[in-house]
Amino acid sequence: MLGFLKKPVVVTAEINLNLVVLTVMGLMSRLWGLSYPRAVVFDEVYYGQFVSLYMKRIFFVDDSGPPLGHMLLALGGYLGGFDGNFLWNRIGAEYSTNVPVCSLRFLPALAGALCIPLAYQILVELQFSHCAALGAALLILLENSLITQSRFMLLESILIFFILLAVLSYLKFYNLQRHSSFSGRWWFWLLLTGVACSCAVGVKYMGLFTYMLLLAIAGLHFWHMLGDRNLSNVSLVCHFLARGLSLLIIPVAMYLSFFYVHLTLLYRSGPHDQIMTSAFQASLEGGLARITQGQPLEVAYGSQITLRNVLGKPMQCWLHSHTNTYPIRYENGRGSSHQQQVTCYPFKDVNNWWIVKDPGMQQLVVSNPPRPVRHGHVVQLVHGITTRYLNTHDVAAPLSPHSQEVSCYIDYNISMPAQNLWRVEIVNRESDTDVWKTILSEVRFVHVNTSAVLKLSGASLPEWGYRQLEVVGEKLSKGYHQSMVWNVEEHRYGKSQEQKEREVELHSPTRMDISKNLSFMAKFTELQWKILTLKNEDTEHKYSSSALDWITMDTNIAYWLHPTSGAQIHLLGNVCTWNSANIAAVVYTCLSLWYLIRRRRKIYDIPEDAWQLWASAGQICVGGWVVNYLPFFLMEKTLFLYHYLPALTFQILLIPIVLQHLSDHLCRSLLSKSMFSALIVAWFSSVCFAYRTFSPVTYGEPLSVAELKDLRWKDSWNILIRKQGH
Amino acid sequence: DGAPPVSALAPRPRAGWRAGLGFVTLLSFVSRFYRLPEPPHVCWDETHFGKMGSYYINRTFFFDVHPPLGKMLIGLAGYLSGYDGTFPFQKPGDRYEQHNYMGMRGFCAFLGSCLVPFAYLTVLELSKSLPAALLTAFILIFDTGCITLSQYILLDPILMFFLMGAVLSMVKCNSCADRPFSASWWLWLSLTGVNLAGAMGVKFVGLFVVLLVGLNTIYDLWDLLGNLSLSLVSCTMELCIGPGDGFFSSAFQSQLIGNNLHNVSIPEHLAYGSVVTMKNLRMAGGYLHSHWHLYPEGVGARQQQVTAYLHKDLNNLWIIKKHDSDTADLLDSSSPVEFVRHGDVIRLEHKETSRNLHSHQHEAPLTRKHFQVTGYGINGTGDSNDFWRIEVVGRRAGKLIKVLRSKIRLTHVATGCILGSSGKTLPKWGWEQVEVTCTPYVKETPNSLWNFEDHINPKLPNISLDVLKPSFLEILLESHMVMIRGNSGLKPKDNEVTSKPWHWPINYQGLRFSGVNETDYRVYLLGNPVVWWLNLFTIGLYLLIAISTAVVLKRGVQLTSEYKGELSRVVLCGGGQVALGWLLHYLPFFMMGRVLYFHHYFPAMLFSSMLTGITWDTLLKFFSQFLSASTTARRVYGGGILALILLIMYSFYLFHPLSYGMIGPMASDPSSPMAGLQWMDSWEF
Repeated sequence: MLGFLKKPVVVTAEINLNLVVLTVMGLMSRLWGLSYPRAVVFDEVYYGQFVSLYMKRIFFVDDSGPPLGHMLLALGGYLGGFDGNFLWNRIGAEYSTNVPVCSLRFLPALAGALCIPLAYQILVELQFSHCAALGAALLILLENSLITQSRFMLLESILIFFILLAVLSYLKFYNLQRHSSFSGRWWFWLLLTGVACSCAVGVKYMGLFTYMLLLAIAGLHFWHMLGDRNLSNVSLVCHFLARGLSLLIIPVAMYLSFFYVHLTLLYRSGPHDQIMTSAFQASLEGGLARITQGQPLEVAYGSQITLRNVLGKPMQCWLHSHTNTYPIRYENGRGSSHQQQVTCYPFKDVNNWWIVKDPGMQQLVVSNPPRPVRHGHVVQLVHGITTRYLNTHDVAAPLSPHSQEVSCYIDYNISMPAQNLWRVEIVNRESDTDVWKTILSEVRFVHVNTSAVLKLSGASLPEWGYRQLEVVGEKLSKGYHQSMVWNVEEHRYGKSQEQKEREVELHSPTRMDISKNLSFMAKFTELQWKILTLKNEDTEHKYSSSALDWITMDTNIAYWLHPTSGAQIHLLGNVCTWNSANIAAVVYTCLSLWYLIRRRRKIYDIPEDAWQLWASAGQICVGGWVVNYLPFFLMEKTLFLYHYLPALTFQILLIPIVLQHLSDHLCRSLLSKSMFSALIVAWFSSVCFAYRTFSPVTYGEPLSVAELKDLRWKDSWNILIRKQGH
Repeated sequence: DGAPPVSALAPRPRAGWRAGLGFVTLLSFVSRFYRLPEPPHVCWDETHFGKMGSYYINRTFFFDVHPPLGKMLIGLAGYLSGYDGTFPFQKPGDRYEQHNYMGMRGFCAFLGSCLVPFAYLTVLELSKSLPAALLTAFILIFDTGCITLSQYILLDPILMFFLMGAVLSMVKCNSCADRPFSASWWLWLSLTGVNLAGAMGVKFVGLFVVLLVGLNTIYDLWDLLGNLSLSLVSCTMELCIGPGDGFFSSAFQSQLIGNNLHNVSIPEHLAYGSVVTMKNLRMAGGYLHSHWHLYPEGVGARQQQVTAYLHKDLNNLWIIKKHDSDTADLLDSSSPVEFVRHGDVIRLEHKETSRNLHSHQHEAPLTRKHFQVTGYGINGTGDSNDFWRIEVVGRRAGKLIKVLRSKIRLTHVATGCILGSSGKTLPKWGWEQVEVTCTPYVKETPNSLWNFEDHINPKLPNISLDVLKPSFLEILLESHMVMIRGNSGLKPKDNEVTSKPWHWPINYQGLRFSGVNETDYRVYLLGNPVVWWLNLFTIGLYLLIAISTAVVLKRGVQLTSEYKGELSRVVLCGGGQVALGWLLHYLPFFMMGRVLYFHHYFPAMLFSSMLTGITWDTLLKFFSQFLSASTTARRVYGGGILALILLIMYSFYLFHPLSYGMIGPMASDPSSPMAGLQWMDSWEF
């Protein structure tokens, strides 16, 4: 206590000026003139709409990834006071004055700038010289593609930032491991590794690759610790648990929390509602919730219901019938029952209403107290408007001849008896006496006579069926499939026995009095599942490329073009850096193989600790490049050059590592050392030159036609040259 | 680290192993040949493979995605047993009547029976323990799935025969490693090569076993490299021989694939009036194809469909014409031949329907951003939308166009788009052929490149194709890419309930081989559930044992050296090889987009069964060691193995009707012979 009275408080600060200068330069290169161009650039058109939806708190589903990235972009908008009112419809559209362009682009740019000091420190932690670290940071600083990608409202720079942060914190943690296990700093870096990993995964699923790499490396390091006989079993278990907690449990918890915030923020119904189940939709404000809010929970005999197919493919639809009958003969000559059509209709309609009837009683109203329908009960389904019974029989369905036709029964007196009994099977029941619940219960209707199951076939009927979707009775029901499952969406207790009154009742809007809230985990599972399975149709893009084009940078992406002057912005890398990075990777691989084979024959070319450094640098840099690049060869989605940037970052880090190794171990004489240094200086000036040359298309400075033509170093680059009208 | 010390106490296979081998082989043959002629009608895929066997006997040319060895062997077996190739094999359920089908079924059953002794010997070699080998053999003998799959005219027994043969020879070869270049070493090494070639020649799945052997070889070489007592020369020698296996098999394989271009000679340069087929250059791309059917209403213009079709067909033929004149004068034999040159504007007329290849600004059926390609015009007269500019990639104007070698791009003159194949499968109305579009994105991808494959022009001299044949490596690459990507034509449809890889190890759902209804003779391909669940459980158990063994060894816990050697040799080395085999034959299916079936799991199941034998043997041995008296220990150990075998036999007694046929009500009916055995709702018997 009061120690400061005896001894003065002394703060000794040690500041690495290199690092400070690099950070400042990074900030300048990324933040300079951030609000130019004041127009929608490339994928801003895509992310922008989500930012707007966040501002308006409207729910959406984006299959491209988890929500953290979008939320960070939206945070920028929130801090800038964006109200979300902008129509994101076209690349190149001018921003209106209410859009805070600068603050929307600020966070990605900041993340991009901070990558530079991170790269510096990673090399330092890998035990390479400050000179090599400086080189790595400068190469990242002068990489045109990273600059372009950072300066707009895009996610890659944030992703790369978190990836590098994760790698750095793991390295710091690992280096502390030797002398101060379980110290405060040890815990800090270990936890930060986990947090950064989960943030990387939360921004884009690509982050998963680096996370896996770090897990593998951590596993390997732990395996080496197992061989250390000086460590007791107890301390090993503690180490294992600490790693498990920070590298597995915390990331999962963080990942869940992203979704929690996402779902808390977005509580209004919006354009993507119909992708979700009825239960999910009912939990959103507006939309379905407005209709279903407060409707009775338990379906009873006499209930009026609409039935939605759970699969919702090719589109969401409701079980429907109308007075038209099946044509006596189809185009292909097969016959039908000529009874009333039953279809699945993608729009709300009064003909979607059905009444649940007890086969043993005549009445179509709910008794008092209501008698709920339970799992296994046999019911009849009466079509509200036409009062005909849902029926199926051994007649081939119109488009799926191997299944049974489903109709609303009309008695033609031709020895075709009504077969209209259906057994209700609640698929997601908890016990066999479960009550059929509105929205929540997923129900199969099994036909009592033929054990066919009511199913949406997915085919759309021809003109006579108004192109509505076909509903069939599936005889060979193999296991569970969503096309056979239905849930009650709108529901009310029927009150009128007379047909006339009932029609009025059916037309009237439903009125409600209870609300249902899904638990967070249920919502999360559903949303996560939808994100992973939602398949957008493969869209080919003018600037899409294949993974093989990336190594040599045979492709570019035009991000923005000024409508009148020749100013344009391209995603185009620093040619010199890309080629050097490739060479470095090749040199690293060949040298490592050579060392490995020689070591196996017990010939040691370099000292053991130099070999350890070389190997651990390779694990991170080559490993990072491999895991962030090779998986794209297996992916079927549309690929763009920017997908390569994380891999490129790791590859760039490899250049100074290889250079320092060459100079330390292969240049033996003083003369060769100084020649090597001279070569490096020459090479670095060419990197600077390439940066300077391409910086006009990085920052969007106006260029003349001749200058643009000069920039087209490769035939495959698509640089937009406006034809001059003379 | 050197070789593990083999103590004198380490269990060595006693003389009993010969008797055991004879016994399990006999049982295996009996179980596979029992009721082989039943049912006397075509079952499941017999309709394909029997048909193709017949084609070989009749020398009919056909095209198929599988490599030909398996079907040739089936044909050979049929031929030797007196089958004349006249049965049409039209659809499952057709009765064989007087046709002799037993030769072909017998051949497959013979190969299927060999799996058991192969597995027995492999496990014996890996674990040096007779009970482990016996347990594995009994698992395979009494697995209803393996029996069913061996009893019909299918490729699977042939594939699994070669696969197990390769594994056995590899293991044998490894155990000869202490005396390289000896006679038995050479014998097993060459047998490995032959079996790998055989496996690759039957189905592309054989690639996985090649991978397994390849990894094993690399590991061995690495080991040798570290052995300082060996000179570099002998290392290099081994290096040259080792990978030879894999290479030989691939060469053999490519020979088989290359066959369809063999012995053909065609004119070299493309000329006007020639009749040609055009093949898309994407891997496993199809031929440009058209037929009388129109695009359905609502899909672009209602004109004739143009698709890409994977097989040879008369509808793949197109005539090359000048854009401004008709063929009549070209067919006149007196007129001089005029060659097509790079940059010419041409018209392509479909030979069968006389419509021109046409494109216009309607959206394509599946790839909405592309233009639709149709057949248009009557008797070769169309409009200016039928004009295409033909260009050779990387060539200057005026050069001639070579068949097969030149990569062609067809640019639509009016819209500037490029003819390409998207690789997507059209729905039913397009006969599930592949979509052809005109892409406005001017980019060089294999999708938009074509080459001319057949070329008929009576006015030109033919040259032998050997000159033009793609290089060996190209064929090799293509044949492997076919396997990886080419099966995309078999994509599952949206609402179809398909078999997923995770279903397989839990025996979730089988396959109907024959019969659906109560009155039919039903055979249902389903693994013996007790065996399969035991296998599944053992995989987890093995993982646990392997990890703890590895950790214990790494921590240097004091163990007797005998134990140490045994654990590292059997659990980590032997079990590891088998577990790797299981992974290699199972995991890749998760990445395949094509339609998958239950029977794809059986090669993996073989490895899994061997793992079960090894794991339980080790586990029981380990626990019995804790007992003091050696007689009790032996009794516990023997009793444990016996109990497992009896359990397997009893479950087989319950489930044997699955393989040997069931008649009568379905299992859900209490009066059925299978009543009470439908343990999972998804089983359909």
